[in-house]
Amino acid sequence: MHPAPSVIVFTVLSGLGFGFLAYLGLGLIAPTGLNAFLIYGLAYGFAVIGLAASTFHLGNPQRAWRAFTQWRTSWLSREGWTSVITLLVMAPVALMAIFVGFPSATLGYPGAAMALITVFCTSMIYAQLKTVPRWNHWTTPALFMAFALTGGAILSGMTDLAVALCVILAVLLVVGYALGDGRFVQRGSTMETATGLGRIGKVRLFEPPHTGTNYLMREMIHLVGRKHAARLRVISILFAAVLPALALLVLPASIATIGFAVALHLIGAFAARWLFFAEAEHVVGLYYGAR
Amino acid sequence: MTELPPKSKKKLGLVIDLDICVGCHACVTSCKGWNTENYGVPLSDMDAYGADPSGTFLNRVHSFEVQPPAGPAQTIHFPKSCLHCEDAPCVTVCPTGASYKRAEDGIVLVNESACIGCGLCAWACPYGARELDQAAGVMKKCTLCVDRIYNQNLPEVDRVPACVRTCPANARHFGDLGDPDSAVSVMVAERGGMDLMPELGTKPINKYLPPRLKDRPAAKPVTAIADIEATGIAGWLDRLLEKF
Repeated sequence: MHPAPSVIVFTVLSGLGFGFLAYLGLGLIAPTGLNAFLIYGLAYGFAVIGLAASTFHLGNPQRAWRAFTQWRTSWLSREGWTSVITLLVMAPVALMAIFVGFPSATLGYPGAAMALITVFCTSMIYAQLKTVPRWNHWTTPALFMAFALTGGAILSGMTDLAVALCVILAVLLVVGYALGDGRFVQRGSTMETATGLGRIGKVRLFEPPHTGTNYLMREMIHLVGRKHAARLRVISILFAAVLPALALLVLPASIATIGFAVALHLIGAFAARWLFFAEAEHVVGLYYGAR
Repeated sequence: MTELPPKSKKKLGLVIDLDICVGCHACVTSCKGWNTENYGVPLSDMDAYGADPSGTFLNRVHSFEVQPPAGPAQTIHFPKSCLHCEDAPCVTVCPTGASYKRAEDGIVLVNESACIGCGLCAWACPYGARELDQAAGVMKKCTLCVDRIYNQNLPEVDRVPACVRTCPANARHFGDLGDPDSAVSVMVAERGGMDLMPELGTKPINKYLPPRLKDRPAAKPVTAIADIEATGIAGWLDRLLEKF
């Protein structure tokens, strides 16, 4: 799949923002006054910038409100609802922390739950697609949740929890890469099933339908950059999980350390999410003799 | 509404005979022509006269080479457009309700004025049947020429999809696949019409008629010309010419 910058920024930053909001809603970090203003501002900033980025790849963003109508069937629509509800429910929590001086558990707990449900809905937009076998697996929601929880824990300055989650994230990344590599073959779609010509023999593309490229090939058959996949996998695990954990353990606890660890984590998260798209193979590639 | 409607009795669709298609791309051209001038926004081309042209098509013809275990390979031309699946994954993923399946005849359509161009339906389709128009930013797909098949202003012979009407080899057929007695259903039953990628559970309406198996082994390769022993005058000429 084409790793469009808008969807990478969307999933990484909104995941981080909603993960952070979950910790704030649970009261695991309870800033007050000006601190609360800055910290809630940061969480909202990540979430809103992420959500805004998601509209950049739309062909007709002026109609984006229509995406709220089909929550009964569409994970994308559900994600729209849960993200807006989370931001609305958490707003009074933030205002109370800033002006009254303590967070509201009454709204904070539901807000935290909604924040995590939002991340889950985002992951299901991808995990639901049978056409992309690598995504169509439990590791997709697990990884999205692990990224949100790890990033949120680092931002919350909860060293022990953050380190533990970094370990879980690293394991999940390794498992995700390992299982992902065999998913396309396991799904069983081949040029023979795609064309139904397997009963005659082995199928190969003789001539593509056109000499140029097209939307389908640009969007779903992304071969460029897969050659760096092995190196990027190592980078993603190192930066998303290993180095932030080391930084939190070794460096003295301070805002600078947290900022440094988050920066490392984000580099890894962007590398992992880039690979998430670039390595994902869509079955339509079979009609073009490619994967 | 992107919930799939209850299964319709009428299931309009295409049957494509892979034994007959000659790969002329006439259906591609007529489809582009009709659907650029009629239902919905035109099918745009990008950089049409430049170095890297590309464009939106609702129907494309791939050509495959199939190598049987023994004998020479076969070339099979393979037109592909929306299969109007019964369990259409492109419909349920749509966040806006723009993508829908008609309850009355099973045709899968896009309401372009509600489409935000997110592209998720194209991702959900295994067959590459949906293309996001780069000029209009809305999703385009085969409409089964819904603006022809019910069009009382057209002569009855033209009330079929443009690709079917134009096919010079008669490889494409249109009809109600929900009616077991329709001509297309009979054809599918007789020839073992097949689904594409059945393992993905989309239950396509459109069926493909597989090429018939060759009823005799391929002839031995033609004897090399040089080995033919010429006789009579040709033989005399052959011997004469070899002297020079």
